[in-house]
Amino acid sequence: MSFTGKDIISIIDLSKQEIEEILKEAEKMERLLKEKEKLDLLSGKILANLFFEPSTRTRLSFATAMQKLGGEVIGFEEIGTTSLAKGETLADTIKVVEKYSDVIVIRHPKEGSARFAAEISEKPVINAGDGANQHPTQTLLDLYTINKLKGRIEGLKVALVGDLKHGRVMRSLAYGLAMFKASLTFVSPVGLEFPEDFTREIVEKFDCEIIQTDNIASGIKNADVIYVCRIQKERFEDAYEAEKVQKSFMLDAKTIEKTKEDAIILHALPRTVEIDRSIDKTQKAKYFEQAYYGVPVRMAILKMVCL
Amino acid sequence: MSEKELLVRKIENGTVIDHIPAGLGLKVANILRIEKNNSSSVILINVDSKKLGKKDVVKVENKVLDEKEVNKIALIAPDATLNIIKDWKVVEKKKVSLPEFLEGVVKCPNKNCITNSEEIPAKFWVEKKNPIRLRCYYCERVFGKDEVI
Repeated sequence: MSFTGKDIISIIDLSKQEIEEILKEAEKMERLLKEKEKLDLLSGKILANLFFEPSTRTRLSFATAMQKLGGEVIGFEEIGTTSLAKGETLADTIKVVEKYSDVIVIRHPKEGSARFAAEISEKPVINAGDGANQHPTQTLLDLYTINKLKGRIEGLKVALVGDLKHGRVMRSLAYGLAMFKASLTFVSPVGLEFPEDFTREIVEKFDCEIIQTDNIASGIKNADVIYVCRIQKERFEDAYEAEKVQKSFMLDAKTIEKTKEDAIILHALPRTVEIDRSIDKTQKAKYFEQAYYGVPVRMAILKMVCL
Repeated sequence: MSEKELLVRKIENGTVIDHIPAGLGLKVANILRIEKNNSSSVILINVDSKKLGKKDVVKVENKVLDEKEVNKIALIAPDATLNIIKDWKVVEKKKVSLPEFLEGVVKCPNKNCITNSEEIPAKFWVEKKNPIRLRCYYCERVFGKDEVI
């Protein structure tokens, strides 16, 4: 199967086989990274990093990935310095940028923006986050991390913890994990669960079992993987209530004492208060390692769509 | 039910949309923007029907529905039938049917969807027909018919 010229817009566009192929290629990239400092596979190619919204890890790891492959990077990280600030449409920006580059990475606050950009561009487009919708390369690196650290995905007990209603990361990940037949527990405060439609869809599509709870202790107790995301204060009308929920969903040394000995804790970062810094030193904390895997996974994707 | 019993005269040319669930005739008329049509139109409400118990019927003179209009009607009245009238006679009778993919028929209700800020028609995959569930091609959100009409 060929990825040449393919857009990577949403995890729902990818088959299990395609994901496995990307993960295999990422493994190769990780090996190559260890063996050699810089590669020249994408020498002469240009990546346009279009970040209409702020990002640290995703933007930098795409830039690092491209440079490690011998390619070059152009782009912007805020619209204040671009023609968009003067009222240029996204369509026009893409039409211009595709002439300058060989591959486009886009993060944009509007949902569906990456798919729209892909319709306009003849060059492959990679979605680096479109509003609250999708963040497929994050899901790919999450699946890569889990597979790398646990040796498999199928049958693993994975707890997704936090605000599941609003984040694009958790939605894409739940879909990917269900596709790989992980056993899922959704742990979220009441009112911040995945939309019912979404849960029903993945249960029907992948015939997977899902447990839903608002009790963090029981939700993570038997998990092999505990994936945490931020609970944003601005989602609550009452600041006191927000703080209370944030605190009750915080992982600290005491909470994780009662988890499996070989459980791993992941987080797409940036974190605020949901994972106490005292956990960083434990064997269970794998979120910084997870962030590193963003580079080989994005190298694999860039190589596959550009060559 | 015969035209005599309906107490509404036949139309010479145009379209009769029949078997609209009772109460939705006005919505169908809105979809067709009958007020913009220079010829006469009739909305019949709560007509006795063997099939539906009660039904609404919309008659529009000198108008042939385009594909978008038919698809939009199919969204709210999936069992409606279209009777195409020429020279007082029904020359064609067909059931509306919802296609797998809708383009430019209704707007995406998600305000943050790119279709609501760039000049592009909203597109939807029809994921389920009963009850209707539409997935926006761009923002991937799923909506019921009441949310899009």
